[in-house]
This record gives sequence, structure tokens and C-alpha cells, in this order.
Amino acid sequence: MLGSFSQFFLDLYESNPKWNFIYFYDPKQADRVLEGLWTTLELSVVCVIFSVVIGVAGAWLQTLPNRLVRMVVQGYIQFFRNTPPLIQLMFFYFALGQFTPTYSPDGWLEIPIISNVGWAIISLSFFAGAFNVEIFRAGIEAIPESTKEASESLGFSRLQTYRYIVLPLAFRVSLPALNNNLVNLVKTTTQALVIAVPELLYQMVSIYNDYSTSMNACMLLLFVVYIVLVGILVFGMQRWERAMNIPGYGS
Amino acid sequence: MKVIIKSFLLGSLVSLFTLGSVVSAAQCTNDVWNKVMKRGKVVVGVKADYKPWGYRSTSGELIGMEIDMAKDVAAAMNVDLELVPVQSSNRMQFLEQGKIDMMIATMSDRVDRRKIVGITQPNYYTSGTNIMSPKALGLSSWEDLRGKPVCGKQGAFYNKIVADRYGAKIIAFTGNAEAKQALRDKKCIAWVYDDSSIMSDLSSGEFDDFEMPLASEDDNPWGLAVPLAEKDCIFGHFMSGITYNMHQSGRLIELEQKHGIQSTNYLVIQKYRNKDWLEGK
Repeated sequence: MLGSFSQFFLDLYESNPKWNFIYFYDPKQADRVLEGLWTTLELSVVCVIFSVVIGVAGAWLQTLPNRLVRMVVQGYIQFFRNTPPLIQLMFFYFALGQFTPTYSPDGWLEIPIISNVGWAIISLSFFAGAFNVEIFRAGIEAIPESTKEASESLGFSRLQTYRYIVLPLAFRVSLPALNNNLVNLVKTTTQALVIAVPELLYQMVSIYNDYSTSMNACMLLLFVVYIVLVGILVFGMQRWERAMNIPGYGS
Repeated sequence: MKVIIKSFLLGSLVSLFTLGSVVSAAQCTNDVWNKVMKRGKVVVGVKADYKPWGYRSTSGELIGMEIDMAKDVAAAMNVDLELVPVQSSNRMQFLEQGKIDMMIATMSDRVDRRKIVGITQPNYYTSGTNIMSPKALGLSSWEDLRGKPVCGKQGAFYNKIVADRYGAKIIAFTGNAEAKQALRDKKCIAWVYDDSSIMSDLSSGEFDDFEMPLASEDDNPWGLAVPLAEKDCIFGHFMSGITYNMHQSGRLIELEQKHGIQSTNYLVIQKYRNKDWLEGK
């Protein structure tokens, strides 16, 4: 069964040399695709989680009365939101990477403690996190002042008010915008290619460079994988949105 | 009325098919060649980051051995020359899509690539695979790379060979500069690339602590390319002819010397092989 499957794509390549679905009949290339897919998934999941945490924490810090803290958060947002993620990746990996501690397995190599995958996670999480802070801030500002006053009068502290009253409501307001930003984040992980993170795009580019006839097939696979990947994310987010829906609140 | 529309549609469909078969039956349309002649300009894809074959001078102008070759080609065709910088990972697509008319872009001549673009004979140059590594490491054999991080460039065919044959962990960057920076930052023990390019880097004085310690492997001739459909037509035959003449007249050796490239045995052999029997008589 599997034999005829790969045979079909071998035959297709014979008759149409521009449609070389090499990953369907060469196990070595299939492994590269799977490795890349795994790295992309890893990168996406970790960055989504970190960026949401950064967003929640940053939005809370912005509600504090301390001006210095708010200014630092604002500075962070401006820095990460206003620079292209591609440049951030290169800057972090090549420029900042020189100042991180290293270890040497052989006396010459200086392997930085933060690998290229590490820098990709840091850079992409902070990039998407900066947008998330703004998204959550918008949600928080949508909570009426009177609600906060009511919780204060019930004896909730500032943190408790944020944790139990403001955040749950703000989160619901923010979900559609968050959804958008996370979709963007998953797509932006492909840019980690520039610091040689072996994610899906890196592997596919490598494959079609090794086998130039497979370019169309590689592009097609990338397209399909990202449609499916982002589709799953959007589906999950929408389910979540519905599950968190409070009747009578919001839309 | 309906019948008229139907027959019209059928007729146009039939004519579409017959038109298609007529086009494929004709061997040489010489579309690109005619286009070049008509507009009086040939667009050649060259490298902009591959010293000294194709790179930018301090004033930003594209110069190098391949650019000189492109100038010779344009002069022989009596048309203007437009240079378009290409990268290893997009050069064949640029040619396929007609963004460039032809390319002279340090491309190794491989079986797979001949299915995509029209690589003409004879090959105009050759290079092997080697590494640039720090003298301090004293690498002496390809086996020393096993399991170690080795920097490479995306688009080079030998990345895969070095990974498969010697178990090196290739970290492939999008550009040469990034990869060499990673080597300087000690993120990898070597930079795997064309021996000819490494040699010119070493002679530039910027890599005094580095060396090219191994015997070159997988010597692979370079090919210039025209659109695949015109390989056996005017364009392809013309490029074959001019390349042959450049071998025979010693023009390629002359250009090699002009650009300070360490002389390659390949060019000497080609010149000898294509020697004019009446030369010196």
C-alpha cells in the first residue's frame, strides 16, 4: 500500500519533473519534514504561551500607580512593537548573543547558553507579547470603573481585583484581538529561518535546494501545513471564546 | 442561439488545443533571444555576495569575474547589459520566470538543475568543497567534523553531502556574511563552502587565524544557464560558442588572473584541449 503510494509520486516526478514530491518517497527527506514540523510546533506553542503570559503581566503592570513601572512597560512595547521581528531575531542572535555566557566542549567552540532556538523563542515571544499587552490593556479599559470600585468596596486588594474581577472580564473582551495576534505569531515563526532555526521553512528550503525539482512540491506542503496549523489554532480559540461566553456580557 | 454559443465555445476550445499542439511541435521559438534583440538589452543574473566572481565594489557597483563575462556576452550580442543580483536559492526561479534572460551565478552544474534551467556546455569554471576553520583547532580530516556544528550557506548542494557522509551538523544561514560571522563568533567549528571562495577570503587578510586544512572534495564544474526551452536554440548555441571561445582564447584564464583568483587547473586543461591546431603556424 505504502509502496504504491510512493510509487505514484515517483511516477509523477518521471512525467512532470517540476512536481517532485520527494518527501513522499524518500524517507530521509520525510524525516527532515517531520523534524521541521516538530520544531515549528514547539516554537509556536512555547511562544504562544509565553507571549500570553507577557501580555497578562504587562497589562497588569500598566495598571499600577507607579509611573516608573508604567514607563518601563511602555518602553518595552515601543521597542518590540515598532521594530521588524526579522531584525529583532538577527540583533538578538548575532549582537546580544556575543554577550551571553558560553561553554566550550572542545576548547575552541563557544556555545552560547542561549541557542538560536532559545533566541527565537525570546524574540518572538516578546514581539507578540508587546502586542498582547496592548490587546489586554484595551480589554481592561473596557471594564467600567464602577465595577472596580465595587470590588474595592468589597475589600478586594488591587491584585485580587485584577485577578478575580478585571482579568476574567477583560480576557473575554480581548479574545478576538488575541486570536488575530496569535495567528500572526505562528506565521512569524518562519522568520526564525534567518538565524538557522531548523523549523519547517528552513527544512523545506534545504530540501528544495538539494533537489531543485522539488520546489513546487515544497511550497505546496508549506502552504497546506500552515493552513492546517493556523486552522487548528483558530478553531481552538473560537471554541474557547464560546466556552467563556457569559450570557448577556459582550456580544 | 444556444447552439451558436455552444459551437463557438467548442470551436474556441478546439482551436486552443490545436494551438497548444502547434506551439509544442515547433522546436525553437527563440522567444527570449528575440526579446533580448528587440529591446536591445540582455538581463543577466549574477551574484552580489561572492567575491571575486560577483560582488559589490566600495561604491556599490557590481564587479567580478562573472560580471566581466556578462559584459563580454552583451558586447558580442551588441546589446546593453543589465545586471540583476541573484541568490543561490532563487537564481533558477528568476530564470524560469523570465526575471532574468540568463545567469552566470557560480552555479554548480547538477543533474537535478539541468531539468529546471538550460545549462550550456562547456562548463566555464569548477570548484570543490572545502572548509575554513580556525588554525587553533588544527583539523586534519573530514572525519573531524563528525557530530560537530558546521556553518553553511542555504542553497549549497554539498551541505547535504557533508552531513550525510561525515555526520557534520550543518547550520545553514541565508547569507555568507551571517555564516562567516557565526564562525567568528565560535558558534561552529568550520564554514563549509566552495574552495575557490574560501581561498579568496583567506587571501583578503580578514581571516588570518583561519585556514583551509582539508583536501577539496566533490570537484564540480560550474554552469551558466539560459531558459530551458532555448538551450538547443539560438541562445544556448550562442552561449556554448562564446564559452568555447573564452576557453580557447585564454580569456577565462586572463579574467581569473585579473581578479586575483588562484589559478585553476581546469581552465588550463580546457585551453589545451580546445587548442587551435593552426595556432603559431
